[in-house]
Amino acid sequence: MTDLPDPAAERSFGDLLGDCVHCGFCLPTCPTHVLWGQEADSPRGRIHLMAQAHEDVLTEAAVGHFDNCLGCLACVTSCPSGVAYDALIERTRVRVEEEHRRPAPERALRGAVFALFPHRRRLRLLRGPLRAYRASGASSLVRRSGLLDRLSPALAAMERIAPPAAARPAEVPGLVPAAGRRRARVGMLLGCVQDAFFPDVNTATARVLALEGCEVVVPRDQGCCGALSGHAGRGAEAAGFLEDLIGVFERAGVDRIVVNSAGCGSGMRHAGRVLAGAGADEALVRRGRAFAAKVVDLTEFLVDLGPVAERHPLPLHAVYQDACHLSHGQGVTRQPRALLAGIPELTVSELPDREVCCGSAGVYNLFNPVPARELGDRKAAGAASTGARLLVSGNPGCSLQIASALERAGTPMAVAHTARVLDASLRGLPAESLLNG
Amino acid sequence: MPETAHPIPAAVAALVPRLREICGGDGVLTDASRRRVYDTDGITHHREVPGVVVLPTTAAQVAAVVGLCAGSGVPFVPRGAGTGLSGGALPHPEGVLLATSRMRRIVEVDPDNECAVVEPGVTNLDVSRAAAPYGYYYAPDPSSQQVCSVGGNVAENSGGAHCLKYGFTVNHVRGLDVVTPDGVLTRLGGKAPDSPGHDLIGAFIGSEGTLGIATRVTVGLTRLPERTVTLLSAFTSMDAGGRAVSDVIAAGVLPSAIEMMDALAIEAAEAAVACDYPAGAAAVLIVELDGPAAEVRSQVAEVTRLCAAAGAFETRTAADADERSRIWKGRKSAFAAVGRISPSYIVQDGVVPRTALPEVLRRIDELSRESGIRVANVFHAGDGNLHPLVLFDDGEPGAGERAEAVSGAILDLCVEHGGSLTGEHGVGVDKACKMPRMYSPDDLATFDLFRGALDPRGIANPYKLLPTPRLCGEVPGVRTGVHPLVESGEAEQF
Repeated sequence: MTDLPDPAAERSFGDLLGDCVHCGFCLPTCPTHVLWGQEADSPRGRIHLMAQAHEDVLTEAAVGHFDNCLGCLACVTSCPSGVAYDALIERTRVRVEEEHRRPAPERALRGAVFALFPHRRRLRLLRGPLRAYRASGASSLVRRSGLLDRLSPALAAMERIAPPAAARPAEVPGLVPAAGRRRARVGMLLGCVQDAFFPDVNTATARVLALEGCEVVVPRDQGCCGALSGHAGRGAEAAGFLEDLIGVFERAGVDRIVVNSAGCGSGMRHAGRVLAGAGADEALVRRGRAFAAKVVDLTEFLVDLGPVAERHPLPLHAVYQDACHLSHGQGVTRQPRALLAGIPELTVSELPDREVCCGSAGVYNLFNPVPARELGDRKAAGAASTGARLLVSGNPGCSLQIASALERAGTPMAVAHTARVLDASLRGLPAESLLNG
Repeated sequence: MPETAHPIPAAVAALVPRLREICGGDGVLTDASRRRVYDTDGITHHREVPGVVVLPTTAAQVAAVVGLCAGSGVPFVPRGAGTGLSGGALPHPEGVLLATSRMRRIVEVDPDNECAVVEPGVTNLDVSRAAAPYGYYYAPDPSSQQVCSVGGNVAENSGGAHCLKYGFTVNHVRGLDVVTPDGVLTRLGGKAPDSPGHDLIGAFIGSEGTLGIATRVTVGLTRLPERTVTLLSAFTSMDAGGRAVSDVIAAGVLPSAIEMMDALAIEAAEAAVACDYPAGAAAVLIVELDGPAAEVRSQVAEVTRLCAAAGAFETRTAADADERSRIWKGRKSAFAAVGRISPSYIVQDGVVPRTALPEVLRRIDELSRESGIRVANVFHAGDGNLHPLVLFDDGEPGAGERAEAVSGAILDLCVEHGGSLTGEHGVGVDKACKMPRMYSPDDLATFDLFRGALDPRGIANPYKLLPTPRLCGEVPGVRTGVHPLVESGEAEQF
């Protein structure tokens, strides 16, 4: 997957547009086309709108349809002509942010989201007040601000799903030694949402890596990877985050950077493109490409490495959900399934419509709550139809989104990151440990 | 975007308030940028911006919209998934484009009567998916089956790789709810396999929207075969592959599909989906056999032997679904995959009697060499349905015209050899002017009489399917300005 240099980075926007032959193969897996059955809300239609904007001005209507795109990249997977929709929508979003003046409330919401999410310390600090918000249902303090009205339910949902802050596991140490003979030395990304709300996933990741013979380097000074900003057209912001992170991992002196959050990994793999797009100098773009080549998803890394640690049985029926930025963004579908299949007594079902996004899509569910909710409901119905007791996913956003939808539908199901399932199996924990959060 | 760039024609604008009442505000698209995304279907060198786009959700809404058009003489054009390859859904600039993309309900799967009832916007593959739990599937399978709509299949009488054994859409549709061009919702046929009287379903299927719009389709379902085996045979020449096809048919074996791809088509498919076909193949044959296990077993042996005798240097046998889909992936993605090896291309569709295949393929090769225009060949070899892909660079001046010329010459070849202008992509706007090459004036007049009986005002997908003197003689798709003959005073337009 790490095709470097990124060919889409070298080509002009018009040239990339020309790759689309209008065959329509992208329509059935596009979540917004599934919802609304309208051409302008399909990848093919958006590419047409991009071409219109490329020749002409950016219209209000077009901006709405670009904003509606979840950036799930299912269309990239289904496109037989190899259209780089990922690069196209990324560049389009940068243009939208540069040229389009959003209404004040929307600007405020976006400002708030990007002042908060890419900062894991700020996210962590928020957890106390969020618990209070949850407890009070609709606290008058929070309700007074329309902005918080939009933000709080989503954050509160995270708070609800995440393990209680009080039970926060000890920080992952800066260096985790390999158990037994050292087979590899890797860096590890903590992630912002992952670290603030799912620290147990990071702990599990480090432990699994160590048990498989890896020495894990976890630089304490790492910040955001910039993926969230990059996906939202905030190119300069994304490049700034990336530059810092590249420096951090260069100093760490690791050959591989293991990532357990699909959205982050997908963004980091295109570091060169993001930096080039933001006008970074050539030396930095080169460093970005070298950095991107080291990025690997946890499951991909573990499958390549091969198992040594003993797998203990997990007598459980689970359903695996492909995070879009893992399957469509990084082409990683086989590896997580292979790892789960390696756990004795664990049965794994597939979701119907597994290519279609659950509606989480980074911060999409904050900006477009209505379609996000509908897509979540569809995914929840699919998950419930499998009869599984546990939903396994490789991305924190998906887990949150589907868990809340399942709860809404009255069919609650436990959710766990692939790393936690592996961790439980490697440590011989009972299956129930995954079902109780 | 200034609306002035594509203003809504006055006659259409007058309908908009009523259209909004019928379809809801959300179901009527009037602004220029949203209308422009509908300007083309799967054949992009024909483009027209529709006057207005409507997205109905029920048959009653379709009937009301068509009735409104009939009352005011405004033309309407039906559109399914917009994947057609003959411009059948090319919008009318002064008309209503009626897209069925929101009519996507599977109304019923009735395994006892071996049929399913679906709305026109349901994709072809979704019918098979819905029938699968009962051990059934929907047999006609165009290569675009995961996206193309059943309504579009009805309009075009679509087939696919497996129509060699299982036939086209027309062989599987038992009932249709149809809105006629005067806005009347009527029912043809039903769940029973046959009904007495003139075969109106047969007449409607393949009428390309000129007789109305299907709002509900009852399709027959086919039992999933006990066993399916796919063979991939590689040859060092197209002639050898063609010989194998004839030998298989002559031996009395009826495969569900026999597909052939030439070296250029293989190259494109490899680039797109890394299908890993045997290296060095100048032609591959994909032969699929299905039926009772014992029968399939003996047929696999027979076909393998015949291919080897015809000169196959490698034959692979795929029996599980994964391996089979890997073989098919290259073939099914071939059209769109050509985008990887050429900036632009024309997908041609013609039919020749199977025995004429080698001769016609050789002539196509000559045409390609003479013109310097590359032609990739992908085709349903079993029934002689050719799909030459004519490759060109639209950035190169004159290349488009030369490609058009080659593409047209290929069709002439097909007709000369006793074949047909189209096997399954339909006539649409793309081949309407070529119909006189295949039909006499009397034939065409009869078609026209029939069409006029149902659509006396000529508002149902005008200028498609049958040649119109006003358009034929001009370059299709480029219809701006005054006709040169009018300008020179040699002709008048009424």
